[in-house]
Amino acid sequence: MENLVEIRNLKVEATTDAGRRLEIIKGIDLDIAPGEIVALIGESGSGKTTIALTIMGYARPGCRISGGSITVAGKNMVALGERQRAQVRGLEVSYVPQSAAAAFNPSKRIIDQVVEVTRIHRLMPLAQAREKAISLFRALSLPDPEGIGYRYPHQVSGGQLQRLAAAMALIADPKLVIFDEPTTALDVTTQIEVLRAFKAVMKKSGSAGVYVSHDLAVVAQIADRIVVLRGGEVQEVGNTADILSNARHPYTRELLSAFEPKARGASVVAVAESRPLLQVSGLIAGYGPTQADGLPLVRAVQEASLSLERGRNLGIIGESGCGKSTLARSIAGILPASAGKLTLDGRELARSARQRSREQLRELQIVFQHADTSLNPAKSIEEILGRPLKFYHGMKGKARDARIDELLDMVRLPKSLRSRTPAELSGGQKQRVNFARALAAEPKLIVCDEITSALDTVVAAAVIDLLKEMQRELALSYIFISHDLSVVEAICDEIVVMYNGRKVEEITPARSKVPQHPYSQLLFSSVPKLDPGWLDSLERDPELVKTYVHG
Amino acid sequence: MRTYVLGLIANRLGSSALTLLIVSFAVFFATAMLPGDTATILLGQAATPEAVAGLRAAMHLDEPAFLRFARWLVGLLHGDLGTSYVNNVPVADLIGTRFVNTMRLAGITTFFAVPLSLALGITAAMFRGSVYDRVVTVLTIGIISVPEFMIATSAVLLFSVYLKWLPALSFASDATSFAQVLKIYAMPVITLTFVVSAQMIRMTRAAVIDTINTPYVEAAILKGASRWRAVLLHALPNAVGPIANAIALSLSYLVGGVIIVETIFNYPGIAKLMVDGVSTRDLPLIQSCAIIFCVGYLTLITFADIVAILANPRVR
Repeated sequence: MENLVEIRNLKVEATTDAGRRLEIIKGIDLDIAPGEIVALIGESGSGKTTIALTIMGYARPGCRISGGSITVAGKNMVALGERQRAQVRGLEVSYVPQSAAAAFNPSKRIIDQVVEVTRIHRLMPLAQAREKAISLFRALSLPDPEGIGYRYPHQVSGGQLQRLAAAMALIADPKLVIFDEPTTALDVTTQIEVLRAFKAVMKKSGSAGVYVSHDLAVVAQIADRIVVLRGGEVQEVGNTADILSNARHPYTRELLSAFEPKARGASVVAVAESRPLLQVSGLIAGYGPTQADGLPLVRAVQEASLSLERGRNLGIIGESGCGKSTLARSIAGILPASAGKLTLDGRELARSARQRSREQLRELQIVFQHADTSLNPAKSIEEILGRPLKFYHGMKGKARDARIDELLDMVRLPKSLRSRTPAELSGGQKQRVNFARALAAEPKLIVCDEITSALDTVVAAAVIDLLKEMQRELALSYIFISHDLSVVEAICDEIVVMYNGRKVEEITPARSKVPQHPYSQLLFSSVPKLDPGWLDSLERDPELVKTYVHG
Repeated sequence: MRTYVLGLIANRLGSSALTLLIVSFAVFFATAMLPGDTATILLGQAATPEAVAGLRAAMHLDEPAFLRFARWLVGLLHGDLGTSYVNNVPVADLIGTRFVNTMRLAGITTFFAVPLSLALGITAAMFRGSVYDRVVTVLTIGIISVPEFMIATSAVLLFSVYLKWLPALSFASDATSFAQVLKIYAMPVITLTFVVSAQMIRMTRAAVIDTINTPYVEAAILKGASRWRAVLLHALPNAVGPIANAIALSLSYLVGGVIIVETIFNYPGIAKLMVDGVSTRDLPLIQSCAIIFCVGYLTLITFADIVAILANPRVR
């Protein structure tokens, strides 16, 4: 059978800010048969989105297709003019973006944006297009299919928007749909509904698909064939089952190994006294004006109580909006709690960081998710690490220089990075500097707020290994906050599950791996597995889903 | 939701009213602090102390300043702008025709400047980095940097002195035919358009570029929309707020800041009237003009803010 898409020796060039030209796609060949779903997988910067967009004859600003050919249904997209390319876009090839929340125009009603493709290409009368949109909404199991389109994007949830974006892509019955990480921004429990909806409509429509993702387990559920990319080159191509069971390329195996369960191992630090290091009781924190009862209007954390022993790690997991980051911020005193008691190492902590002693500030450090925004872009790494050394330890001159080298060494960064600014480092390196800054204070407890979430799987695994190693050497404890169960399991002795501002359950994986609370069960069962049949065989109690899933 | 928007708008109007009150306070006391005694100035140096005291009592100048402020404010609210010290005519009569002249000049300038600036700003944003964009940028920055008296006098030199196409002075009352109106207004309008457009072009370009770089404009292009459609239908509606504010800021200049243009072309507008008032120490006239400028400015800015509120579906 004739291929729908044939990419031959595709090259894409990017121009850097300095005006230097850089080849980011280095000669790719790819075929897609009609009705086939091909996954492009790789870490950030591997070129997967760039390749997917070239199929529409589109390169982001600063990039250009510099060589090769892309044939879509007999037309060479590279050779076409802008107007002819626009004829293909939306009509024959359509696009589901990574963040539907950003890709919907905030000032227009959803239905107008969904049917816009039919208006641009003059396919059908408006009334007919609206009817078709509503039938797509129904097929994507969206609630209130007649009414949902008449809302504005900010009035529907993230999971619904992502499905609405799929409806927008499917309205003209395209031959090929490009999904660009369509579920990455969603919670795991929501992701399942969205994936199921995508799978169902794609099967029904018979369209071919390109599914761009960094998550092998998600891809395993939906793709027929997997293309593994790295640095703008194809590493390995194969049927989904083959790639999963006998990957030949070492990089693919590295990606796969991120899914192998890693044992936390016994608690490494010999604990002399079992006095708790941190105790939190009845903590309430939130936002908005203070009410008559002295509590904030929006209570993001409601009466949370935790206890963490020295040398052990506590994981806090939950989905977006469950209050886990607010809890971290009020433990650190950045957002002072409205009620509750905090004790660190036997001494009571003031709720606000401003009222804590310098020693108490030193003992409890926090590391944020985005190293990009938490490292001052105008300072060199040396200055960033030197500041806490001076502030907490009064270090100066040679002693400080030596300590900075030591810290860089600890987090496995070369000393040559000292004089660079954060912008000159990679994501993983920045997160290491971020972590080294917390280590510089020589704390007893580090609160890690989603520190691996913005990193690629392989890089994240290395950061987790570093955390474990630091713990062995420095007798640290961590509070590790994440939405990613596998990361938390890899490092924590205790896991607290949060839902809607409350702690629903505390699990000790060493003793029992099975959660008791229905929400924890739902959450744990929603984490995608590498088995391609996982999504189809997964059964969820509809009552439970109704209660807890609001995507 | 609707009540929320009305609340926002009411809030905005309320803060404008408060600003106006504070400004009127400042205007009154600033003019009251001008050196010299009004009665002495009006009567001249030869006046007897009794005559000065009598005039002071008649003009309520012997009362505490705050009481005079209250009296003046109540008068303003009733539409009574006071009586000119100099020629004993109600200030409202003095301002009347002048105000109409200024508004006419502002209106004609707006009519040309706003569409021109929007068109140049939006197209420069669409073709960012192109030769066209660079030419527009260089020209607008050049015009921002040249003082307006320079533009105005150059225009007089070129059109009136060398080419002799247009009259150097603009007496608005002389106009009897449409051609004459065109001749009279051409130079002031061109000069003012230059002055106010540059800022609007820059701000419009920046606001549109901000929204062009969003994922939803990329999504529109990937739906097959042409560049025009993506910019006009997707980027522009989201840039309305900042653009409205930029326009209001530039246009507010047309009410109070036109003094140089009015002087050079001898155009009988309100800004020139105010300057005359300052030289003759005609306090009621100065105060009234200042309040009118402030009302004009606040009306424009408040209007722009309300447009921005209504353009945002998140609050609508």
